[in-house]
Amino acid sequence: MSTLTADVTPAPNFALRPVDPAAAVAATRAHISVGETLSQTLIMAWRALKKMRRNLEQFMDVTVQPLLFTAMFAYLFGGAVSGDVHSYLPLLIPGIVAQTVLTTCMATGVQLREDMEKGVFDRFKALPMARIAPLAGPMIADLVRYVIAAGLTFVTGLIIGYRPGGGVFGVLGAVLLAVLTGWSLAWIFTWVGTIAKSAKSVQGMSMLILFPLTFLSNAFVPVSTLPGWLAAFVKVNPVSHLVSATRDLANQGVVSAEAGWTLLACLGVILVFAPLSVRSYRKQL
Amino acid sequence: MTTTAAVEATGLVKEFGRFRAVDGIDLEVRQGEVFGVLGPNGAGKTTALRMLATLLPIDAGRARVFGVDVAREAHRVRQLIGITGQFASVDEDLTATENLWMFGRLQGLRSGDARASARRLLEQFGLEEAADRPISQFSGGMRRRLDLAASLITRPPLIFLDEPTTGLDPRTRGQMWDTIRGLVAEGCTVLLTTQYLDEADQLADRIAVIDRGRKVAEGTPEELKASVGDSTLQLRLAPGADVEVARQVVRRVAGTEPVLTPESGRMNVPLETADRAADVLIAFRQAGVSIISVSVAQPTLDEVFLAITGHGAESEHEATDDNAATTKTKLDTTTKTKLEV
Ligand SMILES: Nc1ncnc2c1ncn2[C@@H]1O[C@H](COP(=O)(O)OP(=O)(O)OP(=O)(O)O)[C@@H](O)[C@H]1O
Ligand SMILES: [Mg+2]
Repeated sequence: MSTLTADVTPAPNFALRPVDPAAAVAATRAHISVGETLSQTLIMAWRALKKMRRNLEQFMDVTVQPLLFTAMFAYLFGGAVSGDVHSYLPLLIPGIVAQTVLTTCMATGVQLREDMEKGVFDRFKALPMARIAPLAGPMIADLVRYVIAAGLTFVTGLIIGYRPGGGVFGVLGAVLLAVLTGWSLAWIFTWVGTIAKSAKSVQGMSMLILFPLTFLSNAFVPVSTLPGWLAAFVKVNPVSHLVSATRDLANQGVVSAEAGWTLLACLGVILVFAPLSVRSYRKQL
Repeated sequence: MTTTAAVEATGLVKEFGRFRAVDGIDLEVRQGEVFGVLGPNGAGKTTALRMLATLLPIDAGRARVFGVDVAREAHRVRQLIGITGQFASVDEDLTATENLWMFGRLQGLRSGDARASARRLLEQFGLEEAADRPISQFSGGMRRRLDLAASLITRPPLIFLDEPTTGLDPRTRGQMWDTIRGLVAEGCTVLLTTQYLDEADQLADRIAVIDRGRKVAEGTPEELKASVGDSTLQLRLAPGADVEVARQVVRRVAGTEPVLTPESGRMNVPLETADRAADVLIAFRQAGVSIISVSVAQPTLDEVFLAITGHGAESEHEATDDNAATTKTKLDTTTKTKLEV
């Protein structure tokens, strides 16, 4: 019997000052400040990073895909598109960078949806915290994933013989641009995450957005080979701008007008989808 | 000097599609009391609580927390409440310390203060040893305690507890009760839901009984129990015993209406005092009604319900057999005092 008492929990002791409701009411604030929003977002990013470290299998997509796709596409299409693998690489690598970064965005939406179904989100909702923090926090943590995805693609390219003409700075610039674009476009998928009914349907809806965007672009083939109507779409597709800008950076080391268009498109996406996401998250209460 | 009510709700309504989960509930919770919301599965307890805690929009009616409007000033209300839901709302992937640290930081504590308050709460809830373990390895009771600890970080003056002891073993349950009493001693107001009359009886200063989205009774535990008598004689009739005769005997001797429980042959007799049990038993023998087992217990929620609503405590919507069975077991666990003859 004595073993039973061994693990008895000590009775809670509340030796603190008494709770004063009137003072608590007086201390409440009607709005959340920008500083609080920022710090809460960073805490949510910290949480997402912790989760990443504990679920390393989540990095499968950003590690395997760049390796696999780069090698696969290079040897599969190299001969057909550019005559040989080596001369296809300057065209291909920036395309794969754009593609992997976009696929990574998709995971952002899926993971947000999965996360939101967990009990802990009830607590986030009941806390006096900025409604954008639970959305933006994980996205900040996802920057790590974009960097891995973009970086690994370049490394794989280098291994199979890609020699970027833009040098170290060109490549770093290209990675930076790709990461920024990925982060901005992720707001679309975050929004999908807040409106969809389940993680599965986020996946489905995201695929529908993602496939036309990545494949109907200049990511893998030169636009000149396409029929007119398709070329028209490919030219306005923001992913094409990203791919072109990345090529200019990585291959020539120049920041072209394409980079400007890409950033403009990113800004547009954030301005539209960040408020939409927050609104639909709020509504989910 | 009059103080504002901790919770003041009038005509609360929540509709899911065409179904009214909460159908016009008024509540007034005074500062510093434990207020119990009692009701069977599906009564609308959780829904009502979530509306008050800003987690669900209020479809009609209004609610105020310490005078602050819940619908219009949700952000301010969130600074005044702590909520521990029916299902644990802590982060499974983080450790106990990390959870408390994070919730503290999110509510504006500095990193060091958040760490100190995490340590204090873990100690207070007997979780120091599990401090650095991920929650996924916690037992149900540990999770519940951590969940409650997470609601107390900023020491909010009003705490919502949704079925705080469902699924806890008797000892942990007693600890939870002590914790709740401790909170009140500190000056907090507690609004809790429960399915156990026993628990409401132990903890609550006042109780509202909810059934199918409506408030069907309100009062102190004594008042509620008085409405069904002080105790209940629980009988199991022998197979073949005449239920109709038994019913008449009860009416004549105890002057009350027996409650037939769903299991065949079981009959509960509300009694004014436990002493009357013997009279009923003797009358049964004289009338030739034979009995398998007898016990005297405090009135169960079932009886309170029957007395108040005229039907049993089993919920009718979502009345799967499974659900009804759980309700039944839960109701049966109310403290029984076996009649010693
Ligand atoms: N999101 C929802 N959509 C549709 N119906 C719902 C929803 N939430 C609750 N309900 C319904 O509302 C009713 C009340 O549910 P609620 O969870 O408030 O009951 P409860 O009293 O807390 O029950 P329990 O004791 O089982 O926790 C139930 O019939 C339930 O099916
Ligand atoms: Mg409930």
